[in-house]
Amino acid sequence: MLRLPKFEVKNPSTVEEAIAMMHAIDGEARFLAGGTDLNPNMKHRLFTPERVVALGGIEEMFGITQQEDGSMRIGAMATLANVASHAELGLAYPALSQAALLVSGPQLRNMGTLGGNVMLDTRCQWYNQTYFWRSALGFCMKKDGTKCHVIEGGSKCVAAASNDTAPALMTLGAELEFANATGRTRMPIADLWQADGIWNKKVAHTELLVAIHLPKPSADQRGAYGKLRDRGSIDFPLFGIAIRLDLDAQGTIFDAALCAVALQARPWPLKKAAALLCGTKPGEESFTEAVEQVAALAAKQCRPMPNIPGDHEYRHAMVSVYTKRALLAAANGDGPVHHV
Amino acid sequence: MRVFRLQVNGDTVEVAAPEHWTLLEVLRYKIGLTGSKQGCDKGDCGACTVLLDGVPTLACLSLAATVETSAITTIEGLLPAHRANGGEGADPVQDAFDRCGALQCGFCQPGMILSAKALLAKNPNPTSQEIKQSLSGNLCRCTGYTQIYEAVVLAAKGEQV
Repeated sequence: MLRLPKFEVKNPSTVEEAIAMMHAIDGEARFLAGGTDLNPNMKHRLFTPERVVALGGIEEMFGITQQEDGSMRIGAMATLANVASHAELGLAYPALSQAALLVSGPQLRNMGTLGGNVMLDTRCQWYNQTYFWRSALGFCMKKDGTKCHVIEGGSKCVAAASNDTAPALMTLGAELEFANATGRTRMPIADLWQADGIWNKKVAHTELLVAIHLPKPSADQRGAYGKLRDRGSIDFPLFGIAIRLDLDAQGTIFDAALCAVALQARPWPLKKAAALLCGTKPGEESFTEAVEQVAALAAKQCRPMPNIPGDHEYRHAMVSVYTKRALLAAANGDGPVHHV
Repeated sequence: MRVFRLQVNGDTVEVAAPEHWTLLEVLRYKIGLTGSKQGCDKGDCGACTVLLDGVPTLACLSLAATVETSAITTIEGLLPAHRANGGEGADPVQDAFDRCGALQCGFCQPGMILSAKALLAKNPNPTSQEIKQSLSGNLCRCTGYTQIYEAVVLAAKGEQV
């Protein structure tokens, strides 16, 4: 039995109320979206806030709506099940739709939100454990201790970004709408991250992700998401890779993006690899050759560490395999790529 | 303490409990509905699955303070709802699980049945792949999945064996 620490619960009905409630307390407060990450983490005493601000009553944060300019606004409280089953999203942004579909299991997708998945805490096998377990090891630098158990003598936390949707949103050039005490801001998701596993975001936890904005896709934009995990359900990624390919009227790739996850503290864009795909044409030898080169380069640039479950050498061997399969799936309009 | 006004199995229940308690704790230790099981208590096993407005949800990761506007269905609610709708005997999904011997220890069964109920309400004729996907958030420690899937097929057919 895992009990939550004591806290009070606030149920605001507007973003402004939520921000005010976050700040009107001397101690720590936390926003609660679907609760699928924060609640287990609080049960493990990784967070012990005095106040929880639950976001379920804020209408503005729900809904998936196409804007007049062809862009898409996804309320941060849209569930992963909503995102995965949304027909227009599936057609326009397949990598995001597929990534949402592969997050955990059905119940957690019914509860967990897209905003929550973006703001997911980083994960490490020495961190996501009970207080008792962690205390037996003398804790770690991410919580309650000073040592790193992944890299001996390491000075920086390397807990892994483990959010499946983050690399998909990275490839799509999503913008994040935050609210804070001074108003609203919008930032490209690529600017959100910092290479620090203790807190891998450049915004404070007191800032509220209100919505995710996706730009209008090009005329022939394709994508896919590949996820390595032990089981066909429930598990966090052991490695994940999102792909976006933009094809011109002749079927030649003129732009591409790749982004990996479950490696280090931040999602890992593979820009050099993506550049190799430009100018190639799916179905022709140029593309087949580029896929091999991209897979080989991805294996060089992605170095899984023993920070999350799963043998890191096996995870490394799977980098090129999943990169290749995800690229082919994106080109063929297939996916998601997973082993079950 | 906070007084929660919960809609459980068609009844409105007013119950006082600590503000930080989960729905599962309030159901089990305040209302006495122990059909929802406390397994891993951190979202891995699905034993605590209840339906919120018909949607499978983990009660161990839901705060009671966030579900007051939802209609909560626990395993205890199925038979009374079936009878209130003019049915006879057990709820058809519970009956199918019984007839197929879809349990060994039974600990996962309330969650399995509720996930199956939600599937069949949405999709009365699921494929075997859809059944497996819909139940993929419920772990069976006895690994009795085959009969569980057969029970869902039987319930979908609505046949008596």
